[in-house]
Amino acid sequence: MEKIEMICINCPLGCMLTVERDAEGGFKVSGNTCPRGEKYAVNELTHPVRTLTTTVAIGNREGKYLAVKTAKPISKAKLFEAMALVNATKAQAPVKIGDVIIENMLGEADLVAASDAE
Amino acid sequence: MMNYDIVIVGGGPAGMAAACAAYDNGTENILIVERDNALGGILRQCIHNGFGLHRFGEELTGPEYAARYAKMVAERGIDYIVDTMVLSLEKGEEGTVVTVMNSERGVFCINAKAVILAMGCRERPRGALSIPGTRPAGVYTAGTAQRYVNIKGKMPGKNVVILGSGDIGLIMARRMTLEGAKVHVVCEIMPYSGGLNRNIVQCLNDFDIPLKLSTTVAKIHGGERVTGVTIAKVDSNMRVIPEESEYIECDTLLLSCGLLPENELTSAAGIALDPITGGAVVNENRETEMEGVFACGNVLHVHDLVDYVSEESAVAGKSASEYIKNGAKKAALMGTVKIEKGNGVRYTVPQKIDVTGANEEVKVYFRVGKIYEGVNLKVSMNGEQVSSAKKRKMAPGEMEFVKIKKSVLDAAPNGTLKIEIVE
Amino acid sequence: MKYDVAIIGGGVVGALTARELMKYKLRVCVLEAKDDVALGASRANSGIVHGGFDPVPGTLKAKLNVEGTRIMKTLVRELDVHYRQNGSMVLAFCEEEVEHLKKLYERGIANGVPELYLISGEEAKKREPALSESVAGALVCDSAGIICPYDLTVAAMGNAMDNGADLFCDFPVTAIEENGGIYTVKSGEKAIEATYVINSAGVGADTVAAMVGDKYTITPKKGEYLLLDRSEGGLVSYTIFQVPGAFGKGILVSPTADGNLLVGPTSELTEKGDVTITLAGLDKIKAIAARSTEKINYRKVIKSFAGLRSSCADSEDFIIEFSKNAPRFIELVGIESPGLSSAPAIAVYVAEMLRADGLAMEANESFNPTRTSCRHFGTLSMEGKNEMIKADPAFGHLICRCETVTEGEILAAIRQNPPARSLDAVKRRTRAGMGRCQGGFCTTFITELLAKEQGIDETEVTKFGGSSYMLCGKTK
Repeated sequence: MEKIEMICINCPLGCMLTVERDAEGGFKVSGNTCPRGEKYAVNELTHPVRTLTTTVAIGNREGKYLAVKTAKPISKAKLFEAMALVNATKAQAPVKIGDVIIENMLGEADLVAASDAE
Repeated sequence: MMNYDIVIVGGGPAGMAAACAAYDNGTENILIVERDNALGGILRQCIHNGFGLHRFGEELTGPEYAARYAKMVAERGIDYIVDTMVLSLEKGEEGTVVTVMNSERGVFCINAKAVILAMGCRERPRGALSIPGTRPAGVYTAGTAQRYVNIKGKMPGKNVVILGSGDIGLIMARRMTLEGAKVHVVCEIMPYSGGLNRNIVQCLNDFDIPLKLSTTVAKIHGGERVTGVTIAKVDSNMRVIPEESEYIECDTLLLSCGLLPENELTSAAGIALDPITGGAVVNENRETEMEGVFACGNVLHVHDLVDYVSEESAVAGKSASEYIKNGAKKAALMGTVKIEKGNGVRYTVPQKIDVTGANEEVKVYFRVGKIYEGVNLKVSMNGEQVSSAKKRKMAPGEMEFVKIKKSVLDAAPNGTLKIEIVE
Repeated sequence: MKYDVAIIGGGVVGALTARELMKYKLRVCVLEAKDDVALGASRANSGIVHGGFDPVPGTLKAKLNVEGTRIMKTLVRELDVHYRQNGSMVLAFCEEEVEHLKKLYERGIANGVPELYLISGEEAKKREPALSESVAGALVCDSAGIICPYDLTVAAMGNAMDNGADLFCDFPVTAIEENGGIYTVKSGEKAIEATYVINSAGVGADTVAAMVGDKYTITPKKGEYLLLDRSEGGLVSYTIFQVPGAFGKGILVSPTADGNLLVGPTSELTEKGDVTITLAGLDKIKAIAARSTEKINYRKVIKSFAGLRSSCADSEDFIIEFSKNAPRFIELVGIESPGLSSAPAIAVYVAEMLRADGLAMEANESFNPTRTSCRHFGTLSMEGKNEMIKADPAFGHLICRCETVTEGEILAAIRQNPPARSLDAVKRRTRAGMGRCQGGFCTTFITELLAKEQGIDETEVTKFGGSSYMLCGKTK
């Protein structure tokens, strides 16, 4: 039986998780203090995901930038691909928090505004 | 002269939370004075997520967390002025005279029945660290770099070494990497990281950035712009071991070596500061030793999470409101409990508890001086044990607290409360 | 443009000499190698205006120190420069050292130093409670003071420019030619012409002298310092020296003109350009300063820095003379301590040398000796401040929180003579970024102002000229 240790990144608690993988490919997670920890551990071994937070230039406001984030975590492997896309995109003011800047980015999640811009 | 019940110095998360709590407690005549051009404070440049899990039950970015509170301030119709700097505080005939300055009105005074200090903190600069070597361009605190990258869209450099593994340093390691810079290494002089585990995983491990513990920057190289740094292992007295050093070529050195409460205004007003926290000495209401002046958030002591800043600021806001409601008179004081820092405890907030009979349970926050594993946390009053709790792990980077029951305080209103780690 | 006098080096001596010459109808320029004035020995030194009891009687150092310190008191008023006559105290820790104090006292009297007297160890400790128990006696000089050396240099240069002098920055002199009574002073492709040339190049003075065939050897001595937060500035009120002896000389503990506490300097022979900070140096400062007082709180250090003394191997005294090889060429070499104190007198001395050599020096009736510092706003009353904010709202916008510096003051520093063109230049003039956060908050705002005012992109803004760029590009 394979045993893997990892730190949960769901919240600032940073629980130390132990994942045991049985012969049938099932997972047994221990050390978590909430159900999200279990989900994280399994995800991390099968399909690790991260929320991307970055900025996007505002096309009609020279020198101003908008904080953006993916509406849900996206594949960790696609972070740099996503950055390239975000950096080639310009938002148009006015923008409100939650406005979609890139719809269904890379087929993973919407990129949404995380700050307002007038 | 303008008159307000409460003037709040600083419109960041602490100031806004204090304002809302005071308002909700029935004091509506409040003014928030903010030096930047909008409410939000340093959260505006903290575009990463991880804020609000405790307070809002969901994970927000800094600007989103700030926007939530700005909305609460707006909904309550609380007054605020931006681009305005508070210059001084003085005892007035009734309450405190707050002198401020802005471009529109120049220098003017505001009379306040109570004042809440919520100016936040600043980063420890290079000078304070006295790193040997030259003094070229390319050395920034992590927060300055964060402002350049996130607010101004400018890159401070392309090849980066980070000294200090505080959370801002870790966050900036990821941020600079995502924006195309190469972060070579994060050095931490202590044998443990000052940042959260989750940030080591998602900011360093995810991008294969090494974290070197017990390692510091021994020398900065470069005439005009940084050309490299020498990093070296340190011994247990934190002295550089020259034999264990290596040269790393880089154009930028970011410093994330701790935060210091920003208390110019406080000390200029003659308010006593705690030499360990760098913030004011306060009682359980977060009232400083200057009557009617309260303090909360990172200006009082540096918090781990903004959620805790909000929580503490609500205490200060409500207390300031109560202070005004009671006609600026304290409830009959039965005594003051002194809090003694026992073995392993670096500081406590509050530093004392005024016992009035009206207290509820008091939460005393504290930090330990080093990592402890498998210890007991003992609380005693006048030498007699009040409680003892097993602790699996305690670390300097994580704020701890103990709850002190009303009955314990009422029984010894002039007692000495001791918090200690029993190894 | 052909100048009557070209001064090589924009340090305190060059700047004050330029200003002195503007009192006459002369065309004067200053040639500075770096992007701003006061970047050599005038940038990093102790900022002490010495009484003048240290130099050997009869030397130029003795004469010019005492005279310079006297002139300084008027000069700082005219130029709106922070100066405090806080007095100095030389400490003795044993009988032998007390004897040495008596010798210093006698020397001072011979040099004509005013307000100089000996006190007992007890009296010293009474005046300065932070002093260590072992103080056995002290020499007090009440006529000594403290000043910010680059503040004085900038003000002197600015006043000289306001009166018509020219400043050429980024002009490292590479060649000097003389032809038919005219000097051509070159910096690469650039060149200016002048009748007289004054070599006031500090640490680089030997290199410049060699261009006209004069041989001197500058042996730069590095001095490292620790600067503490303003909260510590009140630890001592006098500038505290120790009797020179086995523990080295010159580790002083002093308040600065701006209210910080300064500890240092070390004194190590080094090479030109070496202003690195060393662990050994900082440790040495702490060890020696501990003799004077054990109460220095090094947790409050906000900055460590080093400067170079332009000591000359050829002479203990200042060398101020006409070149032996080139006509109308004045050499100012080895202007080390007490160079700052002596600078006002050196300027007058040099003017007299020019006159004696036959330069026509007709008084300039329109000379205006006064200049208003860009920091003037901070000294005003509430009413005064409000008037200025009304006229220019930028004075109501605070940029540097630690040192309370407004946008108006920063803009003034960028606009007035000599214009600040880099972050450090703004910092030296306004103190923005000089406080305990060392620019953590205000740096990004100041780069923006520098870019806007100079009509350049922010990525072109430097920390101190050359390729000391602050930024490498845009994120997107």
